[in-house]
Amino acid sequence: MADKTAYERVKAARRPEKISTAELINHLTSGFFEQHGDRLEADDPAIIGGIGLLNGKPITVVGIQKGADTDENIARHFGSPTPEGYRKALRLMKSAEKFHRPILALVNTPGAWPDVESEYHGQGSAVAQNILKGMQLKVPYITIIVGEGGSGGALALACGDRVFMFEDSIYSVLSPEGYASIMWKDAAKVEESAEELKLTPEALLADGIIDKIIHEYQPGDDLSELRDFLDQEFSQLAKLPINDLVERRNQRYRNF
Amino acid sequence: MLRSRFKMPSHEELVKRMDAIPDHILRECPICDATFFSLRAGSTKTCPNCGYGFRITAKRRAKITFDSFEEIDKQMTIPDRFTDEKYLTKAKKAKKVTGINESVLTGIGTLDKQRVGVGIMDPFFVMGSLGSATGEKITRLFEEATRKKLPVIMFTASGGARMQEGIHSLMQMAKVSGAVAEHSRAGLFYVVVLCDPTTGGVTASFAMDGDVILAEPHALVGFAGRRVIEQTIMQKPPKDFQSAETVMAHGFIDAIVPRLQMKATLSRLISLHTKENVYGR
Ligand SMILES: [Zn+2]
Repeated sequence: MADKTAYERVKAARRPEKISTAELINHLTSGFFEQHGDRLEADDPAIIGGIGLLNGKPITVVGIQKGADTDENIARHFGSPTPEGYRKALRLMKSAEKFHRPILALVNTPGAWPDVESEYHGQGSAVAQNILKGMQLKVPYITIIVGEGGSGGALALACGDRVFMFEDSIYSVLSPEGYASIMWKDAAKVEESAEELKLTPEALLADGIIDKIIHEYQPGDDLSELRDFLDQEFSQLAKLPINDLVERRNQRYRNF
Repeated sequence: MLRSRFKMPSHEELVKRMDAIPDHILRECPICDATFFSLRAGSTKTCPNCGYGFRITAKRRAKITFDSFEEIDKQMTIPDRFTDEKYLTKAKKAKKVTGINESVLTGIGTLDKQRVGVGIMDPFFVMGSLGSATGEKITRLFEEATRKKLPVIMFTASGGARMQEGIHSLMQMAKVSGAVAEHSRAGLFYVVVLCDPTTGGVTASFAMDGDVILAEPHALVGFAGRRVIEQTIMQKPPKDFQSAETVMAHGFIDAIVPRLQMKATLSRLISLHTKENVYGR
């Protein structure tokens, strides 16, 4: 897998056949109860959130879900959350904190949804609140970047204690297409952009941005190994005194 | 009369004379299109017609806003690991233009004898983008303010993330937010002044974290840029969709304050949040 070029990795991360966030949620947890709405305005289908049992213990999951076909993609706006989506995630994270549930965030987004209405509803503010709260949550918080991890829209769900990436995933300050058009005024230079952005899991692990690469799972695969791994990670983090947990999380980002 | 001694110049002649005046003496306001002599904008660089505050360097802003200002982390600049020549050349030019070594000027200032932590982003330093050292300086400012129990005033002006520093730029959003949270937990006051332009990753982090959020008139404030919206989802945004006035109407700004009243307003807000004489104490 590591012999793929950066741009091949971009394409692999965007494959519609990849295992979906919904399947990961349903097979990693049992008895998943989905919760809708931000209690302010709307329910954003780009984010699936709720409570499930991980090896018998309750966790809160928030995950960004792309559509499987055109209709679903339009409804979920291609996995780009609106402010309402981020506020739903924030509401569920606060609820998780209240009930001492660890948080698992699954990220697969090209970025926050860029439209006029999202601007009117405070996209910047919504992302900012998630980051601010994320840094202070008094429960273990783990993120897996499943496919695309695009800029602030990804970071909004990725400032936890651990950040992992699937083999076929990417994480960058903006898309290679956006980078190409800003740096060279030429959107066609995506391959060079992908290289320069150092957006592969290997490059990001070497740079200390992420903590581990998780091997790629296909739809229908048995997820018990991943489930046990997350169970272990959450158990370890949950043993830390709360102040230490938050302090270590802050230190993780303080070093950047 | 006098008139007889002077021949009135024709319109064409007048236009020619206007052309002969160097650009920097006549200015056109990008907001109201009024044309006026630079001098009339005064030391605060404000449009005499509509009150728009022209983009100014961080150093000038420090001078027109605070009674005194003592810079901290003055030497901090782009880390050695970034070696791209084009980028470093750009940064070198930016240092010359702005007189600072990164896109934010930080320090301790005084406003009517009240001490405050101050951060001022400079839109002329690589578009005020969020570099690693920018994030580090702002983080240290909040840490210092937390230690000294000082409020923080942050003037934002930024094109967002610094592309040349890639993912490290993105990580600054989390790093600064950690320090903002710590400052807030200590019960200290944080006021943001959104200046033209505040966009992208800066809007999506510390620019929207203030206890009070002010803006300068007509400042552009948003997350996604107009071009990104047009090219990604083929939607054509209305003209003023990201003006401070629009953002305020949607509930994200406490007040819009003209530059000439900024100092007095900030001083008043600091005083309101640091009174010793409070209920229940
Ligand atoms: Zn004007």
